[in-house]
This record gives sequence, structure tokens and C-alpha cells, in this order.
Amino acid sequence: MTLMISEMEIERNQLPAECLRLVEAGYRLLTMVGTDEREEIGHYVLRYYFANDRASNVTLLTVKMPANDPTYPSVTAVMPAADWYEREVYDLLGIEPLSHPNLHPLVLHGQRLAVYPLRRDYPVDQSLPEVVREVEEPNLADGQFIVPVGPIHAGIIEPGHFRFLVEGERIESLTAQLFYTHRGIEKSAEGMQVEEAMALVEQTCGVCSVSHALAYAHAIEALANMTIPVQAKWTRTLLGELERLYNHVGDVGNLCAGIGFSFGTMQAGRLKEQLQQLNDDVTGHRYLRGAVVVGGVSKAISMALLERIRMAVSSVLQELGEVASVILSHEIVCDRFASAGILERAVVERFGAVGPAARASGVERDVRVNFPYDGYGDLEFSVPTFQAGDVMARLQQRIAEVNETGKLIETIIKNLTVFVTKTNQTLVTPLRPLLEGSYTIGMSESARGENVHFVMVGKHQTIRRLRIRSASYANWPIVPFAVLGNVIPDFPLINKSFELCYACCDR
Amino acid sequence: MWNLVRKRLQTAVVTRSAVELFDQSASFGADRQSPLDDLLMRFNRLAVTSFGGAVHVRHVDAGSCNACEWELNAILNPVYDISRMRIDFVASPRHADLLTVTGGVTRNLLEALRKTYEATAFPKAIVAIGGCAIGEGLLRKNYAQEGGIAPFVPIHVKVPGCPPRPKDIMEGLLLAMERLNNEVEHNGS
Repeated sequence: MTLMISEMEIERNQLPAECLRLVEAGYRLLTMVGTDEREEIGHYVLRYYFANDRASNVTLLTVKMPANDPTYPSVTAVMPAADWYEREVYDLLGIEPLSHPNLHPLVLHGQRLAVYPLRRDYPVDQSLPEVVREVEEPNLADGQFIVPVGPIHAGIIEPGHFRFLVEGERIESLTAQLFYTHRGIEKSAEGMQVEEAMALVEQTCGVCSVSHALAYAHAIEALANMTIPVQAKWTRTLLGELERLYNHVGDVGNLCAGIGFSFGTMQAGRLKEQLQQLNDDVTGHRYLRGAVVVGGVSKAISMALLERIRMAVSSVLQELGEVASVILSHEIVCDRFASAGILERAVVERFGAVGPAARASGVERDVRVNFPYDGYGDLEFSVPTFQAGDVMARLQQRIAEVNETGKLIETIIKNLTVFVTKTNQTLVTPLRPLLEGSYTIGMSESARGENVHFVMVGKHQTIRRLRIRSASYANWPIVPFAVLGNVIPDFPLINKSFELCYACCDR
Repeated sequence: MWNLVRKRLQTAVVTRSAVELFDQSASFGADRQSPLDDLLMRFNRLAVTSFGGAVHVRHVDAGSCNACEWELNAILNPVYDISRMRIDFVASPRHADLLTVTGGVTRNLLEALRKTYEATAFPKAIVAIGGCAIGEGLLRKNYAQEGGIAPFVPIHVKVPGCPPRPKDIMEGLLLAMERLNNEVEHNGS
């Protein structure tokens, strides 16, 4: 499958009007990438990728800016989804969005520096000066308080700093400071061979390794215009579904942990562990790393293993059904989950949210359906959608999706059985030469939603620019909307119901 | 309610014994002469005599990819169940005997790592978990991260892996208990 991308180059002053036109035509922002192409064409370039889910097409707006004046009119006012992208590009590349409503540093904490690490003349191993934090004096009305939480949290979770503005118990507003785990993966990938960089891409996130690897592989394979062997296609689809399965089963337990319902936590923890041991048997890695490579997969799954997967998955699903029925019929659980953290459909549309969060608010958005990849084009499946948009809907959405995944895995295993009996199996298509300066995006659906990887190729099959947009990056800006009006003790629950990674958002 | 109780009773015990978890070559408890299951007794006794009844661990994510965090979570699940070794994860460094650190120290988290280390009471030990933290990760030093925790805080036990398996993390924690106990016996506290 190759994405159909229609490209359009526009002048920078046309940008807001063009974005508005696309948004009104039913498009949403997929990703925005800034590149430093001063060496080649003397310009900085911004690329806005838009997707139309119903028509399954992608539109690219390209804007060039001269090296001596890297500024452009901000589009955040007309398209709020662009907020983070514009701030990130300013932090890392120094391309300034003019009249941006809130141009605080995003990725690089502390005071704004005059050095831009993603510019190509910035050495890979050079450090930046240490962060100096300034705490702003909050402007509070009578009876209002600020409750700061993090960045290091009480449990074993990732770092993020949250400031709740509360009046009594009610949350009036939430400011989330993320990007604590910004590791500069994109800079480190620059100059690496495209095949080598796969290991780095998998480390973007611990629990979305397969989907990140798939999105990256799709981009490279589209650039090289190659098709992968059919067996590899189905193996990839199977791995993707195994990843979704263990994540969703784990999420059911994490949601129960959010209200201290230890029955659910422990039961789901036990089931997740079974699935991870299955992952270990299948790929030799509990998080399925190292299985997806550029051009195919690294190893075939034997008949015995396919049978083991089928047995394990069906027994886990049966048990999960029992556990879920206990959870969903428990009075306290229902009381806490129902109508907590409601995410309005309008917010989802405005910010272009993805994944289970969007699907629990009535927006049917799934890369597997809208832009089918690998085996999904040949599979029949439904994407469960719920309307309520609360924590309960997000839980039910996951449980329903897990059952779909179970059916998908059955079918995929049937399709794979044909191949395992053959003796000479081809699993990898050798990489064809890539054209220097060519670029495209690759997509995949992780357990959290849509991943979009932008890859631009440099000399000798190396990466010139990699931009990873994970599902969490698209969904984090909507979390503050879902917690408004709730009480602080419900925040861990609401946060867990989105189950966003910090690492793959921060990179 | 009755469904819950019934499901609980129907579920078999899945917790793995020490014999299953640790092989003979386990690097801790070197002085033991009894079989592996006594290992649990040994560490329980150590927790009672040297750590006031329970060992408290504080976790600091210094910029990991989240895989190490999930493996740390996994040791709390019923299969590994580290609570039976009297080890618990706590919400404040003030309560902690051990620190577990993952990730290669990002620029944005350096301050948090330093402050957590300073806030932990002596005697304390640090367990570096995963390739990134021990300085052998795939991701090298760049503008955003340092590529290892060694320049900023001392490391007492290294648990390699990307991510390390849950039983390796458990082994690392037990080893750190032993180290800390020896240190206190030698130097006093």
C-alpha cells in the first residue's frame, strides 16, 4: 500500500488561509515537520501533512523560508492542533511562528536559548547549558489554589509536571509540562544508515515498539518503492495485533489501579504477564523488539508457535471476559468510571485526537481502516466506537477492541499457516537505493492511536531528517480538556484512561 | 460481589517460587548453603534485621523509553510478587532505602535526579536499571541527554538489559540490599 500524497508549495503568507481551507474541507493535521535545508537549497522548509480520513488521502503543504529570515505566520489561531508543532520547531530549529498565542518553550525547558540543536550545523554530541527554571507567581482569585504534582511521581510511572488550579475540589484548569524525557532521538538518528536506525526507532517507546517500527518501515519502503514478501506482511500484522492485545489488557488493569480496585489490577496484571511471556517466546523479546526490519521481518513464526499463540490468546481473552464482567458489574467501579473525564467530540475534532480516545468519543478514526497497511486491507474487522467519551467509554472501547483483535489474530494465523510449511521462505526484500533528498511519511496504528513518521533521506542511504509523531503527541493536548470540572482524586484515573506514553511523546 | 469472590477462588496461584526464578548461579546470597527457597527466608530476615522490617524503594525515571518502567511494574504483579520479599515502592525519597534509576539522564530531568538523590536518607544505594542508565544504551550523548547516570550519582548495582527481565531486576534489588547491609556493617551508619 502506498499513500497518495498530493503536494502543494505555497508562499508563507498564504499559510493560514490554506490551512483554514483544508480544515473546512474535512482535513486534519497529521504532522508538521521543519527541516534545515540551507545546505541544499538555502532555505528552511516547513511541511504540513493533512489527512482526510473518509477519502483516504493526504495533502502536503510546503512552505519555504529564506535562511536569513526564518519566520512565518502562525496557524495555531485557526488550527489549534498546530500549537505544539510550531513551538517545537521554534525550540529546535529556530523557525519563528509570528503572532503565536502562547510561545513558551516546549521541548527545551527553562529560558529560551539562542542555539537550535536540530539545525544541521549543530554537532550531535554537544551539550546545551543546564536548565534554569523560573517559577512564575500565579495570579489567583480568592479561594483558588495551585496544586503542583511531579515531575517524579509516586508510582512507577514516567515523569511529567502538572499544575492544577483548583477551587475547593474542582479542577478549574490544568497545565501539563511534558517533554521531561526528551532524548533527542531524531538528532541521534541523523546520519545513521536507514536500516540501522530501526533499533533507535524501536526505542522511541517501550510499549509501542512494533507500531513505531512499522510506521518507520512503511516510510522507507514507500521511498524505495518496494513491496515486502507476503509472509512478512502477515507476520507484521500479527505482531501489531499482539502488541495491541498486551497493551489493552494491561490498560484494563491500570484503570483499576487508578481507583485502587486491586482485583482488576492483579487479574489483568497476571493476564498481561502471560501475553508478555508469549511475546518472549515468539520474538525473544517481551516487548516484541527486533522483529520488524526494513523490507520485512527478521524471523518466521513456526507452526508450533502459531499454535501456541492461538491457544494463549484465546485463553487470555476468555479470562479477560470473565474479569471484565466482574469489573463492569461492580458498583464502585461504575460509580467512579461513569461520567468521569468526559471528552467532548468537538474537542477531538478540533485537536485531531486519535486512537481509543477518539473512538470512545464517537469519532471513528483508525489507520488500519482509513489508510490500510500490511495485511489490514485484506481483513474484515470492525472498529468499536462509543459515544459517551467518559472513562467508562474508554474502558469499554478497549475491551471491545481486544475482542476484535482476538478474531483478527485467528484469521491472521490461518493466513500464515499456508506459508510455514514451505521450505524456502523469503522474509525480507533487499533495500533498493534511495534517492537523496526524497521524503515521505509512514503510518501505523498503535494501541494508543496513529503514529506518523516523516523520513527524509540524505547521502548514501542515511537519514537526513526523522520526525516521529506518536499517538501520544496528538492526544496529550486534549487531556487538560477532559479533566476540567472533575476532582483531583479522579485525575490519575482520567489520565490512565487515555494511557498516553510520555516517552513517545517527548522522544 | 459474589462474582468477584468466585473468580478469585477459581484463579490458581501463579506466583513463581524462588527456585523457578533464580538459578544456582544467582550472584547474591553467596554464603548460603541451603536450597534456593531459603533465599526468601534469608532476604526476609535481612529486611527485618537491617531495614526495620521492609525495604523501601523509590523509582526515578531519568529519561527512559518506558520499557524499564513496565518491567518494574511487572515485578509487582502476582507472578513475580516482590512484596513477599518485603520490598515495596514508595512515594517519597525520604522513605526510601534504595533508589532505582532508569534512563540516560535527559537535560530536563537532571535536576529531578539530583534532588531525589539528595533527599534520600543515608545509608542509600542506587540500582541503575537498563542499558541507558548504566551508560551502555543505544542512544549516545547528545544535546538532550547524557547517556548514563554515572557522572551525576554513584551506582551500586547495575542491571543490564533493554529492558532487563523482571527476574533480573529482582536479583538487582536483592543484591543492592546485600551490599547496603555489608556497607553498614563495615562502616556503621
